[in-house]
Amino acid sequence: MSHGDNTSTVNSFKAEIEKRGKLRLADCYQCGKCSAGCPMAEYMDILPHQIVRLCQLGEDSVRKKVLGSNTIWHCVSCETCSTRCPKDFDIARLMDVLRHISLEDRATNPDADNIIAFHKAFKKSIEKTGRLHEFGLAVGYKLRSMDLFADVTKFPKMLTARKLRFLPHKINGVEKIKKIFEKCEARAKPHKRGGK
Amino acid sequence: MIKIGYYPGCSLEGTSSDYGMSVRKMAEGLGWELRELEDWNCCGATAAHQTNHLLALSLPARILALAEEQGFTEILAPCAACTSRLIGTNKALAEDPETAKEINEIIEMNYKGTVKVLNIIQALQKYAMPDIAQKVRRKLDGLKVACYYGCLLVRQPKVLEFDDAEEPKSMEQIVTALGAEVVDWPLKTDCCGAGLSMSLTSAVVDLTHKILENAKFHGAQVVAVACPMCHSNLDMRQLDVNRRYGKQNLPILFLTQLVGLALGIPEKDLGLKKHFVKATSVLK
Repeated sequence: MSHGDNTSTVNSFKAEIEKRGKLRLADCYQCGKCSAGCPMAEYMDILPHQIVRLCQLGEDSVRKKVLGSNTIWHCVSCETCSTRCPKDFDIARLMDVLRHISLEDRATNPDADNIIAFHKAFKKSIEKTGRLHEFGLAVGYKLRSMDLFADVTKFPKMLTARKLRFLPHKINGVEKIKKIFEKCEARAKPHKRGGK
Repeated sequence: MIKIGYYPGCSLEGTSSDYGMSVRKMAEGLGWELRELEDWNCCGATAAHQTNHLLALSLPARILALAEEQGFTEILAPCAACTSRLIGTNKALAEDPETAKEINEIIEMNYKGTVKVLNIIQALQKYAMPDIAQKVRRKLDGLKVACYYGCLLVRQPKVLEFDDAEEPKSMEQIVTALGAEVVDWPLKTDCCGAGLSMSLTSAVVDLTHKILENAKFHGAQVVAVACPMCHSNLDMRQLDVNRRYGKQNLPILFLTQLVGLALGIPEKDLGLKKHFVKATSVLK
């Protein structure tokens, strides 16, 4: 049977996942190997193979459940699942696609707030200078998450060991990096789902 | 002199400056000339691929395109997260001309796909093995080393085309050639959770603890790593593990530091003094 064409309508959650991730959800036969080997499984509200199952069911009612799970953010992208999958289904890729859609839908689980704040601070740092400035990331993340005191006791030692640079290094092509960010964000943002 | 294109990546200039120092010193010791890519940018790492697919391809694509423009056909990227993003991007662009076109348009460059990316182990295999043993000045005799690969150094195998994803051996071969003893242990490809180190610290402390405890149980005196994220987690995060689970005291060394030591390079030049958990007692 050819790729999802008789199962997914253009509008469905399932079709969107398959298209964006170049994935074929029907490949998964629910053996559970991904969940068995997942280092983060115990910190997830829905197990990885169950996430795949929900996506296979595909009904729009599962959309909220999947996108609002903490699983998709507690996944650490170690790719053990995709490596071991006997059907060569790329679960790690699925997790990325679900994260992207959950951000666009503003449907993320509150457990993910700090993780998303970290990613935002990380990207902001690259956008400003072209490279990651870790000291700036730490400060930016603390302000976004209000997790002000975590790891501060390590800072003095990191500074004396010169493991933290106070000042960022700005690359010459920083304007080009800004443009890359603008284009990528503009192309990801327009959320024209309702119209189609 | 062997000339090698070099992409250090952000951590090697910051939290893993010890890795950066030891890569350079080791390279000198092996007679490599590292030619750093000009005006390189960050690969975007986890923050990009988890949040924006195009950004996750564009940032590494700019690096690859710069390398191509500057005449490199091969670059060494010592960070496992960087290699994973760079190699993944190379593959995604090679497999889909439409994606390649879109990414080239975003970065306003014309990457043709001619740059190959090597991790640090591949560089050692290609340019230092098998005769590295003849360059050893200080044999690491009797030192018991647990080689730790973590996740991105070996996964996914169909993207990276490197070693065995479940039972890699390449780091052990190098460490053995230096005269050290490797320990056989089951967690060498288990993830330490570094990507969530700051944002989901409690879980990461648990994962890190499992790895440290198991390496020690199997007799390791030090753990060897080839990824700055693994190092930060296993070394600096060890303080948090100590607080929750009791003192571990297991030094974590970059593979490049072990090679450097074996080549007779002084410890301070290899950044060993920068570690939170000192290796002094086991190195004698």
